[in-house]
Amino acid sequence: MSMIKRAFKTWLLWELLVGLALTGRYLFKKKITVEYPEERTPLSPRFRGLHALRRYESGEERCIACKLCEVVCPALAIVIESEEREDGTRRTTRYDIDMTKCIYCGFCQEACPVDAIVETQEFEYATETREELYYTKDMLLANGDRYEAQIAANLAADAKYC
Amino acid sequence: MAEIKNYTLNFGPQHPAAHGVLRLVMELDGEVVEKADPHIGLLHRGTEKLFEYKTYLQCLPYFDRFDYVSMMANEHAYVLAVEKLLGITPPERAQYIRVMYAELTRILNHCLWLGAVALDIGAMTVFLYCFREREDIFDFYEEVSGARMHAAYFRPGGVAKDLPEGLLEKIKAFTERFPGYVDEYETLLTENRIWKQRNVDIAVVEPEAALDWGFSGPMIRGSDIPWDLRKKQPYEVYDKLDFEIPVGVTGDCYDRYLVRVEEMRQSNHIIRQCVDWLEKNPGPVKIDDYKLTNPPRAEMKSDMEALIHHFKYFAEGFHVPEGEVYAAVEHPKGEFGVYLISDGSNKPYRMKVRAAGFPHLQALDYMTRGHMVADVVAILGTQDIVFGEIDR
Repeated sequence: MSMIKRAFKTWLLWELLVGLALTGRYLFKKKITVEYPEERTPLSPRFRGLHALRRYESGEERCIACKLCEVVCPALAIVIESEEREDGTRRTTRYDIDMTKCIYCGFCQEACPVDAIVETQEFEYATETREELYYTKDMLLANGDRYEAQIAANLAADAKYC
Repeated sequence: MAEIKNYTLNFGPQHPAAHGVLRLVMELDGEVVEKADPHIGLLHRGTEKLFEYKTYLQCLPYFDRFDYVSMMANEHAYVLAVEKLLGITPPERAQYIRVMYAELTRILNHCLWLGAVALDIGAMTVFLYCFREREDIFDFYEEVSGARMHAAYFRPGGVAKDLPEGLLEKIKAFTERFPGYVDEYETLLTENRIWKQRNVDIAVVEPEAALDWGFSGPMIRGSDIPWDLRKKQPYEVYDKLDFEIPVGVTGDCYDRYLVRVEEMRQSNHIIRQCVDWLEKNPGPVKIDDYKLTNPPRAEMKSDMEALIHHFKYFAEGFHVPEGEVYAAVEHPKGEFGVYLISDGSNKPYRMKVRAAGFPHLQALDYMTRGHMVADVVAILGTQDIVFGEIDR
């Protein structure tokens, strides 16, 4: 009996038909594809994307040039130079991140004692040349100004786990 | 009479079935492989040397980049090695989180493996279905660590952050639907005559040969040797979890396929047990010794001592006592080990990584000899080669 059954299945291409039926069912199911530039998947508040330097509400930059991010960076992507400003506070004169070196581990954000350097949810910053990926202090501060609402919301959402 | 010469064929490094950057120089007699000589090193980045200039914390993200399809499993071996030398045990909740993510990583790896091998052999659909499940797991990675692949989530002494609210329900829902997906893969492949023709009795590895070549993971279990570090040398909380070790019978590519598919089901079962435990047991996810971990952020901002610890932890790192240690985990590909020598400073003196794929690739010549050129693709696939870890 089992032999007849086996011969039957072999000649009818049974297992191929079963497989075809499975893929056939998917043809009529709701598709899971996300049409990317128009549709997006939600991102977690912890997402590690493009960097930004933040400011206080008064407009004063947060970074105090403690250089902890520079020291912790495993890829040596951050370069900082600092000097005393006219009002006597210590500030960076240079804050560069080389995005071609950065490995997006998030240690700079974890290390920063004043929440100045953060990684935003922005991931669409591809450029045509490498030079455009060398972010300077002005560019990072501009990122911070642009994404401040999103950054603050994400930090608040994740604060209880830190 | 004309002289008959063997034909030398260069397979890779740009061949799509060469799984990355393998260059395989094959000597062919007609279509039969006489000798296969893998040339490696095209993805060598000198990571082991790099470790000697990085603090123990800074070494961690580089482990994601060894076997870049099972990121957290690599981190797991590293944190276990460092913890062993420090003589610390992370809180139980951290251990459960790590085990849960290590098993999610196993599914992640096997899904990629199954999809890629099926695609190499000619089955397109499985690849698409597998990537659908991988997407779910990447979402779990992202929720917990912020990165979809290179997580940097495990830390010596625990994990970086606790699981966000709602994640466990999502993982639970995943474990409920995942066995159905594995059934779908099996419907498409297990009985399929083309899949069987390409895999049954290809690259049969006898148990003795598997031992001689230093196989581990699904490669040795496919040859009927129930060797699994999770059972043989239980680390973390594996001894408290209930799971089985699948083994093959003949040791051919088809058996190794069956072993990996069953491992996906077993991993799913382990994840389910971890979720149940984690739901019931909230608690710390890091040891509270601030010489070895960073203090909580709120404390760091208000407490002078915590701020000092914070700066010390991220700038200087922690010092690991002098000594040598080997820690290995049951990586999805086999035994992934870290041999760490410390001279008592804040950086490793030497760190050797035992990649699971390396001994498997060594045996490629043995496994392919006498097979057809087309089978080389199936054999490379069954070995689950990833060059990130072989070339290091």
